[in-house]
This record gives sequence, C-alpha cells and structure tokens, in this order.
Amino acid sequence: MMLDVLVIGGGNAALCAALVAAEAGAKVMLLEASGREERGGNSIHTRNIRCMHNEPQDVLTEAYPEDEYFEDLLRVTKGITDEALARAVIRQSSSCRSWMRHHGVRFQPSLGGTLHLSRTNAFFLGGGKALVNAYYRSAGSLGIQIRYQSPVVALECKGQRIVAALIGEPSAADRDDVTADWPVRERIEAKSIVIASGGFESNIPWLTEAWGEAATNFRIRGCRFNRGRVLRQLIDAGAQAIGDPTQCHAVAIDARAPLYDGGIVTRVDCVSLGIVVNTAGERFYDEGEDFWPKRYAIWGRLVAKQPGQLAWSVIDSQAHGRFMPPVFPGEEAQSLPKLAQKMKVPVESFMKTVESYNASVVPGHFDHAVLDNCHTQGISPAKTHWALRLEKPPYRAYPLRPGITFTYLGVKVDDHAQVLGFDNVYAAGEIMAGNVLGQGYVAGIGMTIGTIFGRIAGEKAAAQALAKRAPS
Amino acid sequence: MNEALRFRSIMISPAQAEGARVMGICNSCRYCEGFCAVFPAMERRLDFKATDMDYLANLCHNCGACYHACQYAPPHEFALNVPQAMAKIRKESYARYAWPSSLGQLYQRQGFALSIALVFAFAVVMFVANALIGSTAVQGQQSFYAVMPHETMVVLFGSSFFFAVLAMSVAAIRFWREQAVPNQPGASQESVSAIARLRYLDGGGDGCVEQNDAPSLARRHLHHASFYGFLLCFASTSVATVYHYGFGWKAPYDVLSLPVILGTLGGILMCLGTAGLLVLRIRRDPRLGDPEQFPMDVGFVSLLFLVAFTGLVLLILRDSEAMRASLIVHLATVMAFFLLMPYSKFVHGLFRGLAILKHHREQKTPNPLGLAEG
Repeated sequence: MMLDVLVIGGGNAALCAALVAAEAGAKVMLLEASGREERGGNSIHTRNIRCMHNEPQDVLTEAYPEDEYFEDLLRVTKGITDEALARAVIRQSSSCRSWMRHHGVRFQPSLGGTLHLSRTNAFFLGGGKALVNAYYRSAGSLGIQIRYQSPVVALECKGQRIVAALIGEPSAADRDDVTADWPVRERIEAKSIVIASGGFESNIPWLTEAWGEAATNFRIRGCRFNRGRVLRQLIDAGAQAIGDPTQCHAVAIDARAPLYDGGIVTRVDCVSLGIVVNTAGERFYDEGEDFWPKRYAIWGRLVAKQPGQLAWSVIDSQAHGRFMPPVFPGEEAQSLPKLAQKMKVPVESFMKTVESYNASVVPGHFDHAVLDNCHTQGISPAKTHWALRLEKPPYRAYPLRPGITFTYLGVKVDDHAQVLGFDNVYAAGEIMAGNVLGQGYVAGIGMTIGTIFGRIAGEKAAAQALAKRAPS
Repeated sequence: MNEALRFRSIMISPAQAEGARVMGICNSCRYCEGFCAVFPAMERRLDFKATDMDYLANLCHNCGACYHACQYAPPHEFALNVPQAMAKIRKESYARYAWPSSLGQLYQRQGFALSIALVFAFAVVMFVANALIGSTAVQGQQSFYAVMPHETMVVLFGSSFFFAVLAMSVAAIRFWREQAVPNQPGASQESVSAIARLRYLDGGGDGCVEQNDAPSLARRHLHHASFYGFLLCFASTSVATVYHYGFGWKAPYDVLSLPVILGTLGGILMCLGTAGLLVLRIRRDPRLGDPEQFPMDVGFVSLLFLVAFTGLVLLILRDSEAMRASLIVHLATVMAFFLLMPYSKFVHGLFRGLAILKHHREQKTPNPLGLAEG
C-alpha cells in the first residue's frame, strides 16, 4: 500500500508531524539522513520550548500572555514576522505540552544559571536528545516506519505535486554540492510530503556565498547534516523563498569547538565580565552593553567581522567563578604581557589597550545582576556596565569564533503549513521558521515553531492523504 | 587501627581524571540536572579533584538516563559516558578504601574471590559438621544443631560477621574522612528516605534504562525486593536470636512462627529480586557500565540469590533426609557471603549511603558559586 505521509527529516518538527499523522490513522514513513546514533538533527542540542501561559503551569512560573510573547517576537524580529502565523504558534504553545508528555517528553524546572527563563521556557528533562528519543520510541510504537541513513537527494515533481522522494547513499548526507546529481538508492512515493529537513547552516561553501572566505572560520553549533539540499530543491522547484538568504544566527563560541555539534557547552559567558580584543590586541565593541543573555547573539557577527574571525575574551581573577564554567580551560598567565604572548597577539598593542581601558574605568558598585554603574569614560568603544580594571592575576583569555546556530532562508507556508505553490507539500521547523522569525532569536522559539508547525503539517498532510484514500 | 585510619589518596587516577574531564563538560551543559543528585552536586563545583570524583561516582546510581540524553555521547568527539566513567571510579574507590588495604585487590579478581570464599566456607562448614558427628550431635533428630551446635554456629558466623562489620566500618570512616562533609544537621532523615525509596534510581521519574533508551522502573522495584527481602531475613535471624537466648526456644521453629514467616517472605523477595536483577544485568547495554565489573556485579547478585534460595530449600527439606546436606550448603553460602561482604559489590550501599548523606548536607548549605545568568 502506498504511503499516506512521507516525512523528510528526523528532528523535532519531523517527529511531531509524523506522530500526529500516525495518530490520525495515516501510514507514515520518516526519512532521517543520519544514522541511528546521530539522529534528531539540531533538536538534540536544544533544551527548552517557549510557551505562552496565562497562569503558573507546572514548571512555568507566573504568566506569559499571548501579547507579551508576541511583543517579544516583534522586538527581536524588528517586525519581520507574519502576525497570523506567529499568533497561531503562540496560542498553540499554551496547550502543546500535554501532547508532548503523552509521547514521553518530560519537563523540569529551569536549569541552574537560567532562572531568567523560568517564566517563559519549559525545560526538557535531559534536554533535546531525551525529547527526540521519546518521540522516536513513540513513533516506533505507533508503527511509523523509520529509515535512518536515508538522505533525500532529489524530489520528483509532477505539476504542483511532489510524488516521490529519491533516497541517496548514506554518504550523501553530509555533501555540500546540493545541486549535483547523487546516485539514487531508492524511490519512495507518498500521497503527502512533509518537509522538515532544516536549514543549510552545515554547508560552509553555501555560507561563503554570503560571508565570503570568513565562513571557512565559522563553527557550526549543530549537526553536520543540514546541508540544505532539500531546501534548495524545493526552491528550485518553485517554492517561494522567505527569509534573508545571507543571514544566520551566530553567537561567539570558543574557537576550539569542534567544527560541528559543539552545542551549548562551547559558549563563552565571560564577555561582559572583562574585555574582548581582536588578534591585533584591540577592543572593538562595548562588552557591557546589556545583560549577556540579551547580547550573546550579536557577538557572533562582531567576531565574524574581525581579522581571521578570531577574538579573545580576557578576564582577571575577579571574574573567576562568576560565569557558567566554560568547556575549555582559558589561557592563563600571572601577567598581562605573558597572557598576550600566549594569545599570540602583539604585546605592545594589547598592553596599550588594557592600560587605556584600565585608566578609563570609573569606580562604581559592581553588581552583575543589574545594569550597574561600573563604566568607562573617555575611550571608544566604551564599556558601559560591569567595567572593572583588569588588575588581579591570574589573568585568563578564551578564544572566540562565530558559531552558527541556524540560517533564516526557508519556504513560505500558509496557516496549514502548506508550502505555497504546491498541492501536497507541507513544511515544518527550521525550513519554514522564517515565516515567523524573520530575524533575531528569542530563547526556545525554534522548538515552539517546530512543535506547533510540525503538528499542523502532520495533521493537514494526513487529512489530505486520508481524504484521497476514502473513496477507494 | 590508627594506622589504618590514616589514609590518603595521593594522586588522581586515570579513571578519576576521565571523570573530571566528563564532569567539566557536563558542568557547562547541565541538561541532565533533573535526573539525579550527581548533577546538582556537580554544579556546586568548578574543578573536580580525586575526592570529588569518589563522592560523585558513589552518588551515581548508574540509572543510565544521562547516557542516552547526552548530546556529547559517542560518536561525538567529546565521547561523554557519565555512567561508565562513574562505574570505573566506584570500583576503584571500593578497592582503595577497603580494609585491610591489601584485600582491596580482591575487587580486581571477583570471580576468583567468590570461588575462594565459597570453597573455603564449604570446607569449614563441612569440616566442622563432620568433626562433630557423633559427639554433641543427637542422632536421628531433625535438628539443625545436630549438624552443628548452636555455640559453634555463633562462633563461626558471629566472628565472620563481626569481621565484615569491622572492615566495612573502617572503609566507611576512611571514605568519610576524605570527604569534607559540611557539619549540617537535619539531613539524616532525608538521606534515609532517599536511600529507602531509592529516590535517585529513577532517572528523574520514569526509571532506569536497560537495553535501550526506554526508561523502566523494573530495576528499582527489583532492588527494593532484594533489599527489603534481605532486611526481612536479617530480622528473622535477629528474632531467632532473641528466641534462643531470651526464651530458650530452639530452632527449627514452627512454620507459622515469626522467624520462619519473616525468613520465608524475605527469602522469596530476595530470590525474585536478585534473579530479576541478574537478568537485567546480563541484558543491560554494556556501554552503561564498566564491562570489567561484570564478574563483580553478577557474582554478588548470584551469591545473594544462592543465600536466599538455599535458605528456602532448607525450609522445604528440613524434615527430610536431605536436611543435613541442604543445611551445610546454606550455611556455606551464608558464610561465603559474610566473608565477601567487605570485598564485594555489597559495599556499594555503604558508600552510596554516605554520598547521599553528604549530598543532602551540602544541599542545605548555600551554593558557594555565584554564577552569572547564562
């Protein structure tokens, strides 16, 4: 019997779509490009979902009403959002967690060091990989066919329909050349197709189209499988693109992070506690502009614009133990010139930077929990908060590089998650997140969009396929 | 004794160093915080010394939940495996804190230790039983003390049990002294409750993982059966001792007497519990533990099963000709168990209990770290 719903992708959005479609009675298959051990895409690196709620709900404190949620979204996207779709996502986020629990997802109060999210974000017990595991178990018990090592290398279109997906060899899963013809191993037909195969952030040659050679110095925080092949195929087949193709979410992470899958631990949280210099030993931005959780996402871009896409966050012992422990130990020295040598930045220039910074610090009352009055005077760029002199050894320095979280380019969908221009194609997750999140980011919204649109896509795809099955 | 208590672990072992590496990465992630006590305890630290690793490793109940949830588990290049790293450190700690220290090496050769203990116990029990035939033994009567007089039993088993308690007490003191435990009152009750309910053997609610990533409460329930079965058997022996010395009532006791009821119930629970644990252990995903500890785990649980099973067999056969043989087998397994107690997996409960007490005391003191929101 022909499949009702074929889901392309193996992360959160794909799983939500597959589960909902199977619950509706559809015969479902899910294609995951990776093997069993690496399944789940970028979802395995997530940790929470942003949920609207009008009163305290189990792990969520106080209230987070629809309008406030939408305001937050408007603020980060600077208005680049589809209000109808955004509000649909926000509203449904208030009730999706019981369904998630039903499929084995467990929640916990916000993690140590993340109290600022306890009102807005529900944390997954064990993180995103535990969520992904729960969904795969549930998918197995619902009879969903799961194919690992099944990268889709081409979509077979007939008019406004995609009639089949062509699966390549497992080795095609992390190939960058998304327009080349790869050998086809299997052709799979289905009545409806759900595409939830992510963005193209793992495809460094593609990133260089927007960023030039700088992109070769980027690190990818998520999996190596998001090469954007299905995204490109879909756009080439006539889907309407949405989202700036040159933009990606980039944070400053430890330069020693692995090329892929560095995830959460590679972040460096001491930027606001010290100064940041480039390889010339010079400061280039106000490290104390705002609270770190509100600013960490601009530092990827800032570092990307520095020579060699490398910078150093430098602190003294006053900062030790005041920030989330970094995964790699910093370079350490008892004197600043020695530290500069270890950082391989010009000692003279570095010392000049530190000395003029130290001389400009206005004494104040240091308090990292508020926008305090410790700031500099008379230097550019200024450090507007938490400015303390770098004077207490040992000194430490952490190297920074841009870490890419996701890309914004996607396909336009309607409120049924249907890809505009196609009759039987639905999209969910990162590949359509740009409809709601045109730029910027607010913690946990990726999982919200993936979960809600995954469920919508699964429901509509199943309904369409089952309606066709009924007359026969 | 003073010499024995003056004990220091000098260097960090490779297993502890691997544990410290793993904890360093976990401490930057913290996604597993809700699974058990290990992660909240970890979050109170920034670096992990040898004693910290002994503490965290013994706090770990090896539920395995964090392995499958880990985004950095193999094939990731960080290759994190918290349950395995902790298991390796635990075994080392059993050996390191053992008293006398030289017997700690029995942990390296558990199959050998088990065989020696059994052979030795059989030899002793059979020699004593044979030597006494025709002397104090009353022929023809179905009395346990016809096989071995009560006083002899008390001397043999009392001394081996006393030695086991002494050895484990020294080990416990050695461990406790290494740990800088906050002197914080009020945590004992919580600790006893956490131990009695196996609070941290639930993977954060849904249970342990065994063959795959599906959580299950089976191990917790089977451990409860084994543990409470063991306590019931201990209670049975204690009541029988009171009967003997307090009232002069001699064994064997009636089927409906308190010692027999407690012992039977305890024996059945222990048999079911240990048999179940054995099956789970054999089927368990080997990545979740230290493959080298298979003999230690299986040997210990099998011995517990044998103790309980031979006890039940004795109860059934005590009025038959086979009573003598079954009593000798039961006594020998019990003696082997007593002898091995301080040098077997039995001590996991000891160190884990102390680690839990330390954890609950720690949790009552403010976190020494004031980390920025990240």
